[in-house]
Amino acid sequence: MAWTWFHRCGSPPHFYRIAGKLVPWFGTLAALLCIGGLIGGLVLAPSDYLQGEGYRIIYVHVPAATLSMMAYAVMALAAATGLIWRMNVAYAVAASCAPIGASFTIIALVTGSLWGRPMWGTYWVWDPRLVTELLLLFLYLGYMGLRSAIEESGRADRASAILAIVGVVNLPIIHYSVDWWNSLHQGHTLLKLGAPSMPPSMYVPLIAMIFGFMLYFAAVLLVRARGEVLRRERTARWLLEVIGEG
Amino acid sequence: MSGPLSAGRAALQLIRRDLHLALRRPGEWLQPLGFFVIVTALFPLALDADLSRLRDMAPGVIWVGALLSSLLALELLFREDGQDGSLEQLAVSGLSLAWLLLAKTCVHWLLTGLPLVLVAPMLATALGAPAAALPGVLAALLLGSIALSLIGAIGAALTLGLRRGGTLLALIVLPLAVPVLVFGAQATARAIALEPLAGPLYLLGALAVLAATLAPLAAAGAVRISLE
Repeated sequence: MAWTWFHRCGSPPHFYRIAGKLVPWFGTLAALLCIGGLIGGLVLAPSDYLQGEGYRIIYVHVPAATLSMMAYAVMALAAATGLIWRMNVAYAVAASCAPIGASFTIIALVTGSLWGRPMWGTYWVWDPRLVTELLLLFLYLGYMGLRSAIEESGRADRASAILAIVGVVNLPIIHYSVDWWNSLHQGHTLLKLGAPSMPPSMYVPLIAMIFGFMLYFAAVLLVRARGEVLRRERTARWLLEVIGEG
Repeated sequence: MSGPLSAGRAALQLIRRDLHLALRRPGEWLQPLGFFVIVTALFPLALDADLSRLRDMAPGVIWVGALLSSLLALELLFREDGQDGSLEQLAVSGLSLAWLLLAKTCVHWLLTGLPLVLVAPMLATALGAPAAALPGVLAALLLGSIALSLIGAIGAALTLGLRRGGTLLALIVLPLAVPVLVFGAQATARAIALEPLAGPLYLLGALAVLAATLAPLAAAGAVRISLE
């Protein structure tokens, strides 16, 4: 059956083993891509004719902002999977997403405001994309707050799953509602029709950084999710066998 | 039988019951209204009473006041029924819980949302809005407060029975309420400037309809989880 892999991933011992095998691969690839991307972006890429060297912060800012959104989508997807198939492992993944996603959001906000000081002349402007990012941080904080406020683990999983799904329905609405104002933030340079408005020496490192961040996210997520699974399954017999082995 | 008809009839009964209960204790649901009026009155005292400046601030003042006051009122939505077990009875009744919660949210809006809408024209006038702007102010708050009550119902259901649920409720509900705030304040600002305001009003209406469609389902799921 085509779906057996899916059901197998729902079994904690199987997930624990597979995740443990994947982490080094993801981690190594992420490190290689990020080192390559940073050398390409910070050393090899030409400086911008308008922004000088200051634009180079995008090599951290853009991947962090991308991942802050992606982590929320992954979290909501995992939460919905848990709610629909009653899969404990999916809840563990969703719970592990939130702190990582919140950290990416904070990195995106901080690097953005550091870049804004020389470029816009101010650390913070009330721009739609900045506000969306800030609200995303609050969505993460609300999710984590709800989880930690509910003592019983099963109830915390399901209640926070509903909140994650409500949040993901709301996120585009929030985005378009704050888009109502005129935007100071520059438009997309990478994801638009036609050729990117950057030379390859600038955007290739950026793409490497984005994929590096994605793999880093996957590696950290799996490490955290393994920890969650261990905590949840602390009384299970398979765990004793695993610990006995290694 | 638990067809849609019997769920609808049960919802009507629930509306009557909740209204009866609330009318016995007017003090409870009038408090958010008092809060709204006081908060709005604080702004002219904290800034200065120059009417032209207040007029520019009026949409923001009214909407932030309404948002906070509706947040304050959310505690009244499920708390009592959650404590005395009637919510549990609704959940095990076999009727559609989403319908019943929609009915409860309707009553909640009638008692805490509608008074805000009715008092808003008076406050807007006090903040320097011209008389011609008042229908627009009224319409914006009417649509917006419906959406706020429905969105708030999800948060209230999720935090049902939690200790220190109040601040958590604010953290959960306020980001979700941002679109209502943005379009509501926009519509009110246009009304006060005597500009056409159909655009933001349509969007507010769309938000209210979307919330009415989806929020009771999410709230019903959350209530069931909270009662386990």
